[in-house]
Amino acid sequence: MKFTLKIWRQKNADDKGGMVAYKVDEVSPDSSFFEMLDQLNQQLIGKGEDPVAFDHDCREGICGTCSLYINGRPHGPLRGTTTCQLHMRVFRDGQTIYVEPWRCGAFPVVKDLIVDRSALDKIIQAGGYISINSGGVPDANTIPIPRQKADAAFDAAACIGCGACVAACPNASAMLFVGAKVSHLALLPQGRIEAERRVQQMVIAMDRLGFGFCSNTYACQAECPKEIKIANIARLNREFLAAKLAAEKEKDIGFTL
Amino acid sequence: MIRLKANAPGVPLADQWDAYKSGCKLVSPNNKGKLDIIVVGTGLAGASAAATLGQLGYNVKSFCYQDTPRRAHSIAAQGGINAAKNYQNDGDNIFRLFYDTIKGGDYRSRESNVYRLASISPEIIDLCVAQGVPFAREYGGLLANRSFGGAQVSRTFYARGQTGQQLLIGAYSAMSRQIEAGTVKLYNRRDVLDIVVVDGKARGIIARNLVTGEIERYSAHAVVLATGGYGNVFYLSTNAMGSNVSPAWSAYKKGALFANPCFTQIHPTCIPVHGEFQSKLTLMSESLRNDGRIWVPREKADAELLRQKKLRPEQIHESKRDYYLERRYPAFGNLVPRDVASRAAKERCDEGYGVSSSGLAVYLDFSNAIERLGRDTISARYGNLFQMYQRIVDDNPYRTPMMIYPAVHYTMGGLWVDYELMTTVPGLYSIGECNFSDHGANRLGASALMQGLADGYFILPYTISGYLSHEINTPPIPTTLPEFHHAAREVTDRLARLKGTKGKESVDHFHRKLGRIMWEYCGMSRNEAGLTRAIGLIGELKEEFASGVRIPGGLREYNPELEKAWRVGDFIELGNLMVRDALHRKESCGGHFREEYQTADHEALRNDEEFTYVAAWEHKENAVPEMHREELHFETVKLMQRSYK
Repeated sequence: MKFTLKIWRQKNADDKGGMVAYKVDEVSPDSSFFEMLDQLNQQLIGKGEDPVAFDHDCREGICGTCSLYINGRPHGPLRGTTTCQLHMRVFRDGQTIYVEPWRCGAFPVVKDLIVDRSALDKIIQAGGYISINSGGVPDANTIPIPRQKADAAFDAAACIGCGACVAACPNASAMLFVGAKVSHLALLPQGRIEAERRVQQMVIAMDRLGFGFCSNTYACQAECPKEIKIANIARLNREFLAAKLAAEKEKDIGFTL
Repeated sequence: MIRLKANAPGVPLADQWDAYKSGCKLVSPNNKGKLDIIVVGTGLAGASAAATLGQLGYNVKSFCYQDTPRRAHSIAAQGGINAAKNYQNDGDNIFRLFYDTIKGGDYRSRESNVYRLASISPEIIDLCVAQGVPFAREYGGLLANRSFGGAQVSRTFYARGQTGQQLLIGAYSAMSRQIEAGTVKLYNRRDVLDIVVVDGKARGIIARNLVTGEIERYSAHAVVLATGGYGNVFYLSTNAMGSNVSPAWSAYKKGALFANPCFTQIHPTCIPVHGEFQSKLTLMSESLRNDGRIWVPREKADAELLRQKKLRPEQIHESKRDYYLERRYPAFGNLVPRDVASRAAKERCDEGYGVSSSGLAVYLDFSNAIERLGRDTISARYGNLFQMYQRIVDDNPYRTPMMIYPAVHYTMGGLWVDYELMTTVPGLYSIGECNFSDHGANRLGASALMQGLADGYFILPYTISGYLSHEINTPPIPTTLPEFHHAAREVTDRLARLKGTKGKESVDHFHRKLGRIMWEYCGMSRNEAGLTRAIGLIGELKEEFASGVRIPGGLREYNPELEKAWRVGDFIELGNLMVRDALHRKESCGGHFREEYQTADHEALRNDEEFTYVAAWEHKENAVPEMHREELHFETVKLMQRSYK
């Protein structure tokens, strides 16, 4: 197969950057999108040019390192698929493909197609955990958890932290990412104990880091490679509201957490 | 002369870890904050160690090459994590897990370390559940288990096909909490290129900031390497693209011994290679073997038609299929350990029964299981794996059998460590896949996650305190010491040399070439002639690489080709050591199969008389490496021919 690629090139964070056109041919339809980019890079290296920098690591759809808008869509055209699991058979022979980095104020470009997503780490650091130490915990079967609850927690915990939800959102909101983590932990009895504190701290961090608000476009759900549901945003809102109300009540009776 | 001693306490096996903990020196809380520890790598071992050491109050500096710790390749582990909980009441206990691990490792691991691992395993599950890891559960609300390759009990805990991901997120979250608390400082997008040794002790590292290209120095009172395995020496493997041996290799060059480098695990169920530009191999969890049946056609003529796509596998009649694992190993059938399953697949393909256009694939068939259990049950168990397969291969495994072939997956060899997980360099520790300690010549399924977390959460935090208790009066190590200058200069010079090479070929060209040599001569089966040839070929490749590589871009900027070049340079040297190790070990054991040493029915034939030892290699500047032995003493387990028949 043959393709024309229009790829965003940007030397570093300070560079203005722009789209550059490349041609690549003799691509196997069984190649992954990154194997096609590898092929292009081999070509560029052969000519002594700087290869295109892109983030990738596991290449099996689980580490969340990969990103990219492909023809304007985060992780390309397939539902529930990361860029690394996208294969060239999905495209038409001769097609022009536009490849760009995530566009979001909280994710500055590092080089070419690579962005800095450490803002997502900072949200987790603000409270995306259960505050226990390694040791002194009860036997794992002490607290039975209904299977449906455990499954729902798993569905939320499947987030790979790639940032596609932010990239898809017209407001660059991280609500799906935050909602998934809040849900994962709030659904489990172990995570309930500090649920109120957690949701407030994570939301504060999210706002402070410059992510936008949610206006229910559902784009995040449509583009999430792990198909995480927007219901998690609803749960995030409920948890947040409940935490705020509880905090008010505690203020009334002169008791704060 | 280096004398290798594990230094496990001299009490009965079952009491050793308790005895150790009772006797080991501790560091008081007010002193912990004065001690710096560097942890390299943020997979299960590294993240769990960083989190726990931070909780204890040490000053932790954590390094990873990825943009965030949560991406480390432990995340890709699918199947599960073993623990001797005996929740299923099916006869499991600590001794049995210990015994299975020793036997599965073909009696080439250390009893004391393995027993400790088995005895810690239940605690790991408790901790992970408390962290919020959503393991699979039964309708009654209790944890579910499954059996896993090579075990006759159900002791594997799992979170769908994403157990590694969920465990890593647990460890990453615990570590994030410490970052917030200020006890762990994260340095992401850093490649660790050298270990700094001062007065015989590990005191720091030299790192390259991958974004700016800056060469940075970091110091500490102890250094922990949790940098994973070296499977990418084969170019194609199930490892992440960035997985590399470089930090461990620099430790080797600074005096840490490298043990059993030839012990590599070839995983039996991976998606077969499709073409020249293939960049990596994808694993299909071993759990598939619980319900899938492996077969090839009984007739070579059928295999030929299948290869030419003139016949579909569904059209081959039951009587014309050879379920070769069930035939050869009636007791374990499709659940034989990985090394046995992989070799059996290779044997059939070498004999001309392989399918797929390359002839290098066998079938993994779910039609019986779907008939018996229904499509919904199979989908609930393996849905995500089937989907992944379909995405990559463009074929529907509910209808057509999957095609699979073995691929490099895990490396049992690694830095030699003692009972305290310390290498032969004082103050330098190695945990997780990076060390050699627990899996002998073959690792059992679902044991890697167990080891990584045992080392990081529960073992290292104790053992490192013994060492650090002697360091409480050592002030922070200045990075202006001559040793740091020297190491930084060596790194800078090597980078400049690489960049200055006026060659024509890309780094990948050499990496691919190395991979082909290793796979051909030091892969699933090995022999003296091939290994001898490989030494010559690797030597030639090293020279070609030194003069023939071309690296675009600059030194002081984001430059992935430069990163790769550094790693491949180390892989080439490691390849040489692996081949030497494979050549010297004149026996077959676990993943190391020497064709000259096999039983009449083609099973691995150990030579316990001569080879019941760990081969630990010492780097020699401009000379061949020297081998040291740690004799393995089996006091509890009796050595036997491993049989799964």
